[in-house]
Amino acid sequence: MVSRTTDDYRRMAQAGCVAITEPAFWAGFDRSSPAGFYDYFRQLTDVEPKRAAQYGIAHHCWLCINPKEAEDPVFAREVIKLIPEFLEKPNVIGIGEIGLNKNSRNELIILEEQIELAKQHQQLILVHTPHLEDKLKGTRITMDALANAGIDPGRVLIDHIEEHTVAEVLDRGFWAGMTLYPDSKCTPQRAVDIIECYGNERIWINSAGDWGPSDPLSVPKCHVEMRRRGHTQKLVEKISLENPLSFLRQSGRFMLPESV
Amino acid sequence: MPQQSCPLTSKQVVDLYFMEHRAKLLDIAAFLDRLERAKGDEGLQDVRVRALKKAIPILIDTSCENQANRAHRVLELLSDHTAEPTPAAHTQSALGADPNTDY
Repeated sequence: MVSRTTDDYRRMAQAGCVAITEPAFWAGFDRSSPAGFYDYFRQLTDVEPKRAAQYGIAHHCWLCINPKEAEDPVFAREVIKLIPEFLEKPNVIGIGEIGLNKNSRNELIILEEQIELAKQHQQLILVHTPHLEDKLKGTRITMDALANAGIDPGRVLIDHIEEHTVAEVLDRGFWAGMTLYPDSKCTPQRAVDIIECYGNERIWINSAGDWGPSDPLSVPKCHVEMRRRGHTQKLVEKISLENPLSFLRQSGRFMLPESV
Repeated sequence: MPQQSCPLTSKQVVDLYFMEHRAKLLDIAAFLDRLERAKGDEGLQDVRVRALKKAIPILIDTSCENQANRAHRVLELLSDHTAEPTPAAHTQSALGADPNTDY
């Protein structure tokens, strides 16, 4: 969690977290050169696993150029060229979070090229769907791009789903992710509502731990919300352990600490 | 939408969540009051405010009753419903309502 303090790893471990997957994402500012991404990928594949390991947490990551920095295709392609070298690192489980931000033509071109990269290297895919008014359209365009590339939807997690996108994502065979935020996007309460309405197959929750207002303890807070509504421990584990394991183990790299 | 129910009784839902949502309702009321007390009327015509005012009736729309799809309908209202990619991204952020919709 490059944008969080080591203390957050400690709090997550205390709350029962045993493994995390960290996507390559926007850092709150645009990096000025591909070399900036090279160092970022080093951080994700070398530094963060060591920080997490101090607290017994297995750290895995996804690599890509995120859609917010993908509007310049020349720049984006320079970054994409760096990725194959890092795919050999033991904690890398796929390509992500790729997707769209403002649903632009250039973003789509780079999305398609990164889908192709994942296909060539048999990598799982993590998709970031756009925010707010752009989410519905961007989710549909992204799913079409994945289908056009012949990607198995069972090897793709479409993240940041909300009430207006969850049904289409699940109906098309993709996994659905709910990244939980304190209030700006999907909250723990709404995530539980969505599970109650759309079931617990191919869907899971995760905590946002980014540079903006977010809370790495959102998952345990969602557990509390489920329990106070009377949901079973079995369901709690299904959407925060069993389902993630089913999806992530397809990478062949995802492992829980030996103590678990 | 599948009708897998919340395990709580409706009375329990009210007991658990009413105060939290009473506070949120007051936040919206106070926000609209603050807007009217502020200088100038540009904000009153802002697409986000127009979209918010259009969304509020969905909360008490009787056609939502027994559908439990208010959140879905509000999100649909606030979304861009076009299908083609935009020519270029001129900003990195989203507004929260579609600037090209006539709310």
